[in-house]
Amino acid sequence: MLELADVHTYYGNIRALRGVSLTVAQGEIVTLIGSNGAGKTTTLKTILGTTRPRRGTVTFSGQRLDTLATDRIVRLGIAQSPEGRRIFARMTVLENLELGAFARKDRAAIGSDLERVFALFPRLAQRSTQQGGTLSGGEQQMLAIGRALMARPTLLLLDEPSMGLAPILVETIFRIIQDINRQGTTILLVEQNARMALGVAHRGYVMQTGRIVLQAAAAELLRSDLVRKTYLGEK
Amino acid sequence: MNAWEVLVQQTINGLTRGAVFALIALGYTMVYGIIELINFAHGDVFMLGLFISLSWFTLLGVTKTLTGWQLLTILPLVFILTMLTTAALNVAIDRVAYRPLRRSTRLAPLITAIGVSFMLENLALLWKGPAPIAYPDVFPSVDILREWFGVDSAIFVTTKDVLVVGATIPLMIALNYFVTRTRWGKAMRATAQDRETAQAMGINVERTILLTFFVGGALAGAAGLIQGIYYNIGMWWMGYQAGLRAFTAAVLGGIGNMPGAALGGLFIGFLSAWSDQYISARWTNAIVFSILILVLVFRPQGLLGARSADKV
Repeated sequence: MLELADVHTYYGNIRALRGVSLTVAQGEIVTLIGSNGAGKTTTLKTILGTTRPRRGTVTFSGQRLDTLATDRIVRLGIAQSPEGRRIFARMTVLENLELGAFARKDRAAIGSDLERVFALFPRLAQRSTQQGGTLSGGEQQMLAIGRALMARPTLLLLDEPSMGLAPILVETIFRIIQDINRQGTTILLVEQNARMALGVAHRGYVMQTGRIVLQAAAAELLRSDLVRKTYLGEK
Repeated sequence: MNAWEVLVQQTINGLTRGAVFALIALGYTMVYGIIELINFAHGDVFMLGLFISLSWFTLLGVTKTLTGWQLLTILPLVFILTMLTTAALNVAIDRVAYRPLRRSTRLAPLITAIGVSFMLENLALLWKGPAPIAYPDVFPSVDILREWFGVDSAIFVTTKDVLVVGATIPLMIALNYFVTRTRWGKAMRATAQDRETAQAMGINVERTILLTFFVGGALAGAAGLIQGIYYNIGMWWMGYQAGLRAFTAAVLGGIGNMPGAALGGLFIGFLSAWSDQYISARWTNAIVFSILILVLVFRPQGLLGARSADKV
């Protein structure tokens, strides 16, 4: 469904991605783990076209993405819950969700998707007329994920959904990620919380300094020495 | 005229001036909100709006005061035609002058805007010549208090004052509806708050910018038409001063903040009318721009705006 082949992305002269290749098949949850600065967010930005690869290709359902404008890429059915949530602070929760559905053509179905999001995140329904900026961190995370779901994407990109959240909320968010996947959405999940991410994912990739250094089934990665030592803090 | 009547009269004058400043200031603030450019050519779009509306009246064969059904058909028509023309002009300015600089430093389009301002002024100079141009008295002026209510007062309120307010308020209501209720209005606000995330919502940012210039240009055109009808005179250099005062209004209200621009425009209108009366017209610019400096030094986010606060 999604394929990155030998992608090199630069910020000025700084090499952020040094030949990243990965695939995501339909129906999967694939996770990309690694420490800060490994290039995980850059990978997502390159998929969404907010930064461009200098070399390599990104294809989605047979279509090249690396030459398309971001809004066109979104229209193909890719939505993102970005790092740092990036919700529209001076717009209401409802307006944020409506903007998530901006690119959709089937406007009639938006109402039922709104109900689906409110069912997943009842807190958002309670706060629907509040300004996004007044929400707590956890609520903003819910809004960012809910806003991405409003696009009814075939591929959902999640960037650090657990960041800054209380442990109990992290559990909830990851349960919801699994629910969303079971309802038919393919997910590429970027996380620093390797244990949680590998707990829900089917497959995983480990990134270090702009390269994929390891890839395997999630259960296998959880057992690997590299992951246990570097990302799970085990001796 | 006693002191009290003078104050009331100048306040009415301030209201009509302020309405025009508010319409111009909205265009400044909207464009700033979306691409962080102080579009110094905006005042000149207002000036051209005055001359363009004059051309539309001429094309439609209007040279005298409109009456009856003509007033109800031709005047709204000229409003629409003028607004469409200046909207298209403003979009063209963006395409030609600013869009190629979208990815450059912020200083480049700013200097370009000053250049565009000079070009538009000289275009008007070439078109209309250096002398002030008479604008036909197309709108009937009736002294409302005396002729309609039989009140003998030193205060003048004319139907033209009513026109200014009566045209500005619906425009602002329509603008407010557009930005708060419609799909593209919401896209515009989203783009102003966070361009990259707006793009990730599938919003075509360039189209949103185009729309912003279109709406801003339309409002400036309406302001030019109102100015022409009210003062019956137009000068090629008038956009410069009106633009700077409207810019002050936008900064006062908090640049990027639309209700702030409208209120700031009214405030500058009152202030300049009072200053003309109580101090001296020669000092009015100094006073208005002192306010600009004071706001920039002590409250750069403006009286209402806290725009920078959401860029966490």
